[in-house]
Amino acid sequence: MSSSSLEKKALSGAAVHFGERRSSKAGMFGAWYAAEHRLLTMRAFVSTIVATSIFNPLMYLFALGVGIGSYVDRGAGGALFGVSYLTFVGPALLASASINAVFEETSYPVMGGFKWTREFYAMHAAPLRPDQIASGVLIAAIIRSVFTVLVFWIMLRLFGTLPSPRAILVLPAAVLCGLGIGSVMAALAASLKDDDGWFAMINRMVIAPMFLFSGTFYPLEQMPVWIRWIGWMSPLWHAADFGRWAGFDHTVEPWLVIVHAAYLIALAGFGWFLAARQFARRLEE
Amino acid sequence: MNNNDEIMIRAEALTKKYGEFTAVDGINFSVKKGESFGLLGPNGAGKSTTMRMIAAVSKRSGGELTILGKDPDRDGPDIRAHLGVVPQTDNLDTEIKVKDNLYVYGRYFGLPGKFLREKSRDLLEFAQLTEKADAKVDTLSGGMKRRLTIARALINEPDILLLDEPTTGLDPQARHILWDRLFRLKEEGVTQVITTHYMDEAEQLCDRLIVIDQGKIMAEGSPAELIQRYSSREVAELRFGSDRNATAADKLADLGDRMEILPDRILIYADNGEAVLEAVASRGFKPLTSLVRRSSLEDVFLRLTGRSLVE
Repeated sequence: MSSSSLEKKALSGAAVHFGERRSSKAGMFGAWYAAEHRLLTMRAFVSTIVATSIFNPLMYLFALGVGIGSYVDRGAGGALFGVSYLTFVGPALLASASINAVFEETSYPVMGGFKWTREFYAMHAAPLRPDQIASGVLIAAIIRSVFTVLVFWIMLRLFGTLPSPRAILVLPAAVLCGLGIGSVMAALAASLKDDDGWFAMINRMVIAPMFLFSGTFYPLEQMPVWIRWIGWMSPLWHAADFGRWAGFDHTVEPWLVIVHAAYLIALAGFGWFLAARQFARRLEE
Repeated sequence: MNNNDEIMIRAEALTKKYGEFTAVDGINFSVKKGESFGLLGPNGAGKSTTMRMIAAVSKRSGGELTILGKDPDRDGPDIRAHLGVVPQTDNLDTEIKVKDNLYVYGRYFGLPGKFLREKSRDLLEFAQLTEKADAKVDTLSGGMKRRLTIARALINEPDILLLDEPTTGLDPQARHILWDRLFRLKEEGVTQVITTHYMDEAEQLCDRLIVIDQGKIMAEGSPAELIQRYSSREVAELRFGSDRNATAADKLADLGDRMEILPDRILIYADNGEAVLEAVASRGFKPLTSLVRRSSLEDVFLRLTGRSLVE
């Protein structure tokens, strides 16, 4: 092929495929196009993601089921709420795994997308809007979270710790919990010009206390009242308590079940809105 | 067919302010279809800010801007669907393959996978990167990355190609390959807007350009017109050594049409540079080095601003 016909070929033909539809199509599916890129990037790490998703729950199941669990279950007060310890912690661990998966997608990758790879600027130079780019990041994070949570959920089911017929509801609660934290995280990461130890600090000062004080390993009521607010604020407690109600028919007041669900949905919605706004501020500055 | 007069970009009193600082200060210009239009100026002149407004990613603070007949404030994504952007800093995804970079970028426009796979092949050939299709971007040289960025910008068959400092940081050979590719695009009728602080690049690539300094347009025209209007045909460059340039300049001030005294050399503008050198010698001055050259856009810029472009 001569070089000039090659150039003509390289430079023509798309009009046939999209013409004026180009932007309207991006207008409807833009967020998904941004997510596709994130998923393609994730593919490079797929083996680590799959390995962690399988190894992590096994580790917890073994440590908490065989280790602590058998000790607690034989203990003075007998089993917690009449179920095995593993059954009790299961829904909380599930939500926690979701937080970790989403956090990994919305912390460094978001800051890096602005600062190191600058891929968000590339997306924005194309027809994608800032809110679509933020949504793309969150959609990809949700997909990863669903995968992680689903693997964990199946294992818990196999261990017989999610006996309730409505145990399927544990899944969306865990995913929403991760999304709530992750979307706020994405908004913060989009505003950071430099890391300056922010992510490590959030991990130690927010994520870790939340993990320890949200009724993950023991009922929140065990804590003195003046420290229970951490649990009330924490999506992890709402997801865990909701998950216990859904997973093994743990007694939770109906109004509180509704509060749990509403809180998780509201936080995810608020975080999503915040992330979209911060992406716009950064990209359009 | 008379669509060569079609206006692709029109800016009137275009202004961009960041707080108190005015980066672009009420500039007017228009770009016609098929034209290669340049924004020439030193770093910080407001070129990139102007480019970001044309690219419909940065909102103007004042004035009017119409791109492809639309207002970027209202129809940003619509406009961007028809632009190809080569940013100043590469923003390729270095973690995925060369061909995947073209693919994901094409997906942003909603282009179907089958079309993109074919298109990517043609564009990689155009960018002379066919052998690198399956390589990771990390392994490419600077010039190759630039060519890949240009190929990526063409994936949606843009009506306007925006190039922000396309060859900054490249070695001379890589620059010439790139210039050749851009010239071919121009021959194909692709409208180009190019910012640069290299006058040779502007002379090579631009049909018409504006010289910008401190957010204002200093001059507008084709490279040849600008040189004719603001400079002489030739320039004699004389070096007497840093401490002696000023004293020599005093005694040679009447030679030529005009003189510029720079820290390291004296420039004497005249129609006949050789005649200037002879006159200098006949007055008993022996410069350490001397040369005669054609006037360039650098001289135009020096004349207009009293400063050189690359400082």
